[in-house]
Amino acid sequence: MLDGLHAFWPGLEATLALLSPQPPGWGGGLLRGALNSLIIALGAFGLGAVIGIFGALGKLGGGPVTRDLLAVYTTVVRAVPELILILLLYYAGTDLLNQVLALVGQRPVEISGVVAGIGVLGVVQGAYATEVLRGAIQAVPRGQLEAARAYGMSRGQTFRRVTFPAMLPLALPGLSNLWLIATKDTALLAVVGFSELTLETRQAAGSTRAYFTFFLAAGALYLLMTLVSGRFFGWLETQFRRGQVQP
Amino acid sequence: MTAWLKPHRLALIALAVALALWAGWALRWDWIPRYWQLGLEGLWRTLWLLVLSVGIGFALAVPLGLAQAAGPRWLAAPARWFCTLIRGTPLLLQIWLIYYGIGSLFPQYPWIRQSDLWPLLRQAWPYALTALSLSYAGYEGEVMRGAFRAVPPGQLEAARAYGFSPLAVFRRIWLPQALARALPTLGGETVLQLKATPLVATITVIEIYAVASRVRQDTFIVYEPLILLALVYMAIAGLLALGFRALEKRYTRGLGH
Amino acid sequence: MKTLVLTASALALMAGVAAADPLRIGIAAEPYPPFAAPDAAGNWVGWEIDIINAICAASSLDCAITPTAWDGIIPALTSGRIDVIMASMTITEERAQTIDFSQPYYNTPVVVVAQRDMGIAATAEGLAGRVLGVQVSTVFQDYAQQYFEGETEIRTYQTQDEANQDLAAGRIDATLADSLAMDPFLESEAGACCENLGAVPMDQAILGSGIGAGVRKGDAETLAAINGGIDAILADGTYDEITARYFTTSIYGQ
Repeated sequence: MLDGLHAFWPGLEATLALLSPQPPGWGGGLLRGALNSLIIALGAFGLGAVIGIFGALGKLGGGPVTRDLLAVYTTVVRAVPELILILLLYYAGTDLLNQVLALVGQRPVEISGVVAGIGVLGVVQGAYATEVLRGAIQAVPRGQLEAARAYGMSRGQTFRRVTFPAMLPLALPGLSNLWLIATKDTALLAVVGFSELTLETRQAAGSTRAYFTFFLAAGALYLLMTLVSGRFFGWLETQFRRGQVQP
Repeated sequence: MTAWLKPHRLALIALAVALALWAGWALRWDWIPRYWQLGLEGLWRTLWLLVLSVGIGFALAVPLGLAQAAGPRWLAAPARWFCTLIRGTPLLLQIWLIYYGIGSLFPQYPWIRQSDLWPLLRQAWPYALTALSLSYAGYEGEVMRGAFRAVPPGQLEAARAYGFSPLAVFRRIWLPQALARALPTLGGETVLQLKATPLVATITVIEIYAVASRVRQDTFIVYEPLILLALVYMAIAGLLALGFRALEKRYTRGLGH
Repeated sequence: MKTLVLTASALALMAGVAAADPLRIGIAAEPYPPFAAPDAAGNWVGWEIDIINAICAASSLDCAITPTAWDGIIPALTSGRIDVIMASMTITEERAQTIDFSQPYYNTPVVVVAQRDMGIAATAEGLAGRVLGVQVSTVFQDYAQQYFEGETEIRTYQTQDEANQDLAAGRIDATLADSLAMDPFLESEAGACCENLGAVPMDQAILGSGIGAGVRKGDAETLAAINGGIDAILADGTYDEITARYFTTSIYGQ
């Protein structure tokens, strides 16, 4: 079997050696990078969802000033390239934090790469999540909310017990799309020097000059992440859809 | 108009103007005279990369969508795989694979340098345009698949009953209806494409983002070029949104939703 | 001092960030062999890494090597993400307006490496009509823009590795770079395409006076520690010993 493959692809052994997870193979680095990418994507997605819930509630039920400010936030984030937002937030974010710390007499802190990445991508995700969740909340039938109020539920209770569970299945397709964007956007952090999958790939490719091999391997890893999580979201959707009235 | 100008809005606008004035006064803008010409050239390059990649990408997206929606299996499967591959991996990686991956093959095949295509292959922009076009085709192919499927089959049957040839059915009924349905997402996808263009700066294409980077490299001024750049992208995105809204108004009339 | 550190770390814990205890030495996140490049296990190795460790040991500094994107390493220093830059950065007057430099710790000629047999020379005339690749934010880029721009098409790369890659691919005719960093490429299989054409005409203002460590303006304490460390490893032979592991000749310069 291997012999046949070898005849077909003479460089196979060299390629496998390059991709081996043990040094001198670079596979371990790629996997480490993929893990970092996953952690950042998960964190950013979570932060984005939290921002999104507050943003959506603010847009729907907040005062006029809140609503306008949220509109500026979502418009700006959705119109400016992520790369520029990342650079601005990455440098300005640390700068501002440290200036505030200096004002209160504290020494500057180092924000670890992972935390900064999560923060920056989370702010970007938050703008999109705000729109997704706003649409989902608006699509919850009014009758359900009125019924909840008739039962004497407070606003918080209504949100926790009625609005949130009812809007979740509606929001899932949008959220699953956002998760895919989060995993792919982690690649942009390579430009500010984070050791996530794309940067690790670039370093491996540069050191070994096997550009094709490593970029294809990294592509396969990203594809694995997106396909597996796509399946997971699909499964989640069928779970939540149970007991929902189908339109 | 007066309903829009509520008191709190006036206050917010005043605040924004004050912020802009402060930025104009307190931040450094003395680099602009030295770089505005380069900036315009970069802007031009950004715009034509955007327009061409959207055009080529869309031209590819129509057959990709059609193949998935109505094609035989041997056409539908590769089209679906192409869309999955493009949508499942980061564009930055695709750009690097196309530029550096292909470039790494050149030393093995010396005849490439003798070929007529070599002057083109030496440049960076053909790779940038290819990567951007393929990416747009992947995303938009998925949209077109849904749009082709959404056209009610009754309309196509009616056209066939009137004796339209298959080509005429496609050209006069199916494609226009699908396009009208895809238009609302098209605007959003095109803004996303605009936001993807700065990535090509990493393969030596000097578009507007690369010019802003050069200002930072030459002068060590970090924030001002980025802020101005963000405003430029917002302006282009705004114009795109307005343009697509006008298109939508014109072409989605009479579409039964 | 101790309470301050404690409050700072408590605050850092609350904010979910790590306190800035060790001195963060910023190196370029892009590989720059033989000075600094990650190996397959993810460890950074090279002459400059060894020198950093030796300086830190000599000055009893607790150092943390922090890879940072080269294009943006000065903003990273001024905004406090790192405390020192030791990334083969040339000491220039322009940079010295933004950051302070230590004494130089190595020096290397700036050379043009070009495709063989194309009649290219390391001068403005010799490069006219050609395509020259340089790494972004380097003195090489500054020099190329000052002397070659207009007549020569200049392409800027995020890393020297990528410029070398395109040189081997034939997309660029030449690159302007650090002689020592080009040697491993020229010795490699891919480097067979090209040859070292020697140094470009000197311009001290742009090409600077050697490679130094950068610190934030006014950070005299760190600067003194780094300078002391350089003096110490030069005096006790550590510097020569490390250099012998990577190069055949001295790279300290005059």
